[in-house]
This record gives sequence, C-alpha cells and structure tokens, in this order.
Amino acid sequence: MGILTWTWILVGITFTLYIGIAIWARAGTSKEFYVAGGGVPPILNGMATAADWMSAASFISLAGIVSFTGYDGAVYLMGWTGGYVLLALLLAPYLRKFGKFTVPDFIGDRYYSNTARVVAVIAALIVSFTYVAGQMRGVGIVFSRYLEVDIDTGVYIGMAIVLFYAVLGGMKGITYTQVAQYCVLIFAFMVPAIFISFQMTGNPIPQLGFGSAGEDGIYLLDKLDGLQRELGFTEYTSGSKSMIDVFAITFALMVGTAGLPHVIVRFFTVPKVKDARVSAGWALFFIAILYTTVPAVAVFARTNLIETVSNKNYSELPQWVSNWEKTGLLKYEDKNEDGIVQYVADKSVNELTIDRDIMVLANPEIANLPNWVVALVGAGGLAAALSTAAGLLLVIASSISHDLIKKIINPKITEKSELWAARLSAAVAVVVAGYFGIHPPGFVAAVVALAFGLAAASFFPAIILGIFDKRMNKEGAITGMIIGLSLMVWYMLKFKFGIFDGGKGAVAGLKADWWFNFGAGGISPEGFGTIAMLANFVVSVIVSRFTPAPPQEVQDIVEHIRIPSGAGEASSH
Amino acid sequence: MSKEKMKAYWKENLKYLAILLSVWFLVSYVFGIFLVEQLNTIKFAGFKLGFWFAQQGSMYVFVILIVVYVKLMNKLDKKYGVDE
Repeated sequence: MGILTWTWILVGITFTLYIGIAIWARAGTSKEFYVAGGGVPPILNGMATAADWMSAASFISLAGIVSFTGYDGAVYLMGWTGGYVLLALLLAPYLRKFGKFTVPDFIGDRYYSNTARVVAVIAALIVSFTYVAGQMRGVGIVFSRYLEVDIDTGVYIGMAIVLFYAVLGGMKGITYTQVAQYCVLIFAFMVPAIFISFQMTGNPIPQLGFGSAGEDGIYLLDKLDGLQRELGFTEYTSGSKSMIDVFAITFALMVGTAGLPHVIVRFFTVPKVKDARVSAGWALFFIAILYTTVPAVAVFARTNLIETVSNKNYSELPQWVSNWEKTGLLKYEDKNEDGIVQYVADKSVNELTIDRDIMVLANPEIANLPNWVVALVGAGGLAAALSTAAGLLLVIASSISHDLIKKIINPKITEKSELWAARLSAAVAVVVAGYFGIHPPGFVAAVVALAFGLAAASFFPAIILGIFDKRMNKEGAITGMIIGLSLMVWYMLKFKFGIFDGGKGAVAGLKADWWFNFGAGGISPEGFGTIAMLANFVVSVIVSRFTPAPPQEVQDIVEHIRIPSGAGEASSH
Repeated sequence: MSKEKMKAYWKENLKYLAILLSVWFLVSYVFGIFLVEQLNTIKFAGFKLGFWFAQQGSMYVFVILIVVYVKLMNKLDKKYGVDE
C-alpha cells in the first residue's frame, strides 16, 4: 500500500477514536467542563499534560531545529523540560490546594482585586491565542503534505474535529482524548527513531545509539563534527550563540513553561495535593521520553542528510528529495552548473536550502522506512497539534466564560448558562484560531517562541510571590505584572520587529544593541523574558513594601495553601 | 495545626526546595552551559560530557528530582500529620 492509503487509514482510525472518547466523556457540569470534575488519576493527567504540552512544534520542528543548530538546540531541550521541575516544586501543589478553576482565579483572589484578575485574563488570552494559531497552521501543513489536500482544507478539518470534542467534552473530553493522543504521538515518534537508530548504530535505543559508533567504527558524533567542519559549518557539538544568551533563553523557556496557563490548569484536575505533585512527575517522565529522543533523531537526520546529498549528482538523488521539492520546503539551485549538489555553510556557494521543519517528517523517507511508518508520523503530528490546540482553546473559553462573565460581568449567572457560555466561547475561539491558521499574520511563528517570554514576564512572579511571600499585596503584583509585560513587549517590538527603527529590515542591524552585551553578544528577544521576569520580581517586592499589607483573610489564604491536607474539590466559591 | 508546627513544616519544605533547586541549577546551567567547554574535554562512549549534560543528562536529572521531591514531601506530610 502507498503512503497516502496508509495515512488515510491511520488518520481515520485515530480520529474516530478521539471522537468516540469525546462522546463518552462529555461534560455535564461547568466543573466537568473546566477541570474534568477534579477526578483525573495522576498518571492519566500526566499523560494528558504531556500531550497538551507537546505541540506541533515539539513533534515536527524541534528535532529539525536541534539538527540544524547542534549544541545550541539544548536551550529548547532543557528549557521545555526544566520548567516542570519548577512547576512541580513551586506551583502545582499550592495552586491545587487553592482549588479554583483558572490562573486568573488565583491572581484575582490572592490579590483581592478585579484589576489584577483582568490583567491576568488579558495576559492569558494573549499567550494562548498566539500559541493556538501556530497549532492550527501545523494541522494544515500535515494535512497538505500527507493527505494531499490544500493547507486551508486541512485547517478546516482540524477545526471541525477540535470544535467537536472541545465544545462537547470540555476539560473532561479533552483530558481523555489527550491520553489517547499521547499514545499515538509517542508511538509515531519512537518507531522511526528506533528503526533508524538500529539501522545506523546497531543499538535500538536512540538515546544510547547516538553516542555509539556506526559500521565504520567511528563514533557518530565525531563523524558528524567532522562532516560539519568539512562543509564549513560550526561543529555540531559546539554552539554559535553567546553563553549569556543561551542562559537567558533557557531560563525564559523554563520559567515561561511554568507560567503557561494551559499547563498550570491541568493540575487543577487531580483529586489531591499529593496527586498534583505526582502527576507533574508523570508529565515530565512522558515528555522526557520524546525530548531525550529528539537529540538522537537530530543527529541521525543530520548525518543521513549530509551523506545523502553532499557532493552527489543531482539526477541521482533519491525520491524523497523531489517529493519535498514539490512543497517548496526544499530547494536546489545549481549555481555553478556542474549538476552536483554543493551543500556548504558559505551562502554564496551553497546550492541546497532545506526548511528545517521537514526533518522529522522526511526522516523516515530519508532512512527508507516502510510506508506505514511514514504515514504514522503524519498521524502523530496531527495528534500533537490537535491536543495542544484543544488545551489552549479550553483556557481561552474558561477565561471568557468563567473569569470575565461569571467573576466580573454577571456573578449571578446560573450554572447552566455558564456552561453554555463556556461552550460558545470555545466555539468562537476555534473559529478565530482557524482564521489565523488560514491567514497567518507574518508574526505568528515569531511570536509563538515569545509567548514563553510573555508568560515568564507576567504570570510566573505573581504566582510565586503569591505563594512564597505573604507580604505581597495587590499594588506590588499589579505593578510588577504590568512593568514585566510592557518591558517584554517593548523589547520584542524593538528588536524582533524593528518597529521603532523602520521595520523588519532594521532588525539584523539592531543585534549589536541587544542588552547585556559584554563583548560576546547580548540577550536576544527570545531570552529577554528572563530579564523582564526579574524586573517584575524586583518591582513587585519594592512596591509592596511601601504600600499596605494585604488584609488578614488573604494572609490566611496563603497559610492555608501551604498546608496540603484538606484540599477538597475544586470549587467556584 | 498549631502556628509553630506550621512554621516548622514550611521551613523544612523550603529547605528541600533549596537543595533540589540547587541540583536543578547545577546540572542544567552549570554543567550544560557555563562549564560546557571544560566538560567537553571529558569523553565517555561517543559523548562529550558537557554536550551530553545539555542534551541528555539534565533531562534525566529533572525527572529524578521530581521523584525525590514527591518521596520527601510524602514523608514530611506524614510527619506533620497533614497527609491525606
């Protein structure tokens, strides 16, 4: 059977499964809609969190990025896993004890202020919308490559599916579909990785395989370093970013991860404080299976790619090259007209440009794996994109129906109307996300990485201080959030979009002006979340010490959330 | 629960956090970033040690840290009678 037939079969089976689960687990109350009734077993919540967390970017793009940047790719590997340590130790248990539905719930109650609540809702919406648009785009791309429909049709199909189970099932439906999606995506990622590892090194465990030697007895990493040097690239195992920037980006991603509302909210769904801790551990375990495999896949793909194309006759290149040429994501331009592929670092000589997003998708084809494996990767990519999109849509829906409508606009709303408001908001959010998927504003891709900086600069300090600093008051927290967020947005506009210096074209020239440049290069906009977060912390603490202490009942709340027993069920009151 | 007991519980909790987060910082930032070049001079199997910490080791340690944290906290909760 061909790849196309296999893909239709696998996508058909998995989608039927997701819909079946959604019907079985549909939500009957607003509590089920927001936090799955608070009764999800920790191991399943861990799996759901992992699927929620690992987006199309983790599944499709990450190995490609690592493959093309070598050591520097570690910022994403460490950044997107290390945040779970912070989440488990500093946030999840306390927020679970607090026992509400959303992050703005915590900010609003802890800082006894609807202003704080609104700031939190706005931050949650900005972060979630930028993120979800990227997911819908991911769905479209996978559909177009594997099912040979155009990208827009792909986005519509994705929208319809997500709409169905997010609106019907709420958090309960999403949680159980995410468990299934995790199984699909991890299987789809691991099967080709194991195949290729065995093929190239004789060791079926990719994590060990990429530290082993190939048939020629040379360690794979040494060989790759050598190939890279020959072609003029930086050695694979050393980086080209400045150390301070590597530090700043890693830190911003870690802290941002711990501040992302769609991740935090998952820990409201387990029964006890103890379960929140355990389930963060399971989540990281399930994530680490994929994340520790990524660097191996990256090395295999990079070595395979160079060996397949470099200095080869163009007419003798394998089939997958022309498959991907059709999509425009791989281009060959015979500059010196010798019919041979020159793939080198020097841009004026280089003849092959490869979009790094294709590495994971093309990998099974590059390694000549059977058709069903190639198709499986497509189904896995869809699972990753859909699960993350659904989680984000739920945050958007609950921000509107719960934090805005129920808590601010109309506190008397009935349970039934609130549930309908939640469903309606989810539906509207899907349509908006779909619109961005079809008409991606140029900034979406750039902003997804920055969503972490925004989350780091706004939520993280406010939540941490709310738990660990009893003296923190609303004046401090609100000023801190606003300063952190504005500083981040300003830096982003200046150095990522060049808004103040004449637009996109100026961006490259501004690189020398990046802050904290001690000779070796400063901090990039991606890493600036670290600085904005520190500013938020400092401002919050200073302002709070010059303004009145929070009222006694709020200080009592803080004492209360520090003790795990008696968490009870999540409630709206 | 009395005020003193609650204070003592919280203090022990903070001590655990300080220790665990120091390890967290050490494996990722110190081994994986600041000292990466120095550690890269050490090799085991086909890996340079600094590179290995940055792309493998730190992540294994993260998982272990949470497991240890869960174990420590469960014991602490029992000791102070705040477990469920």
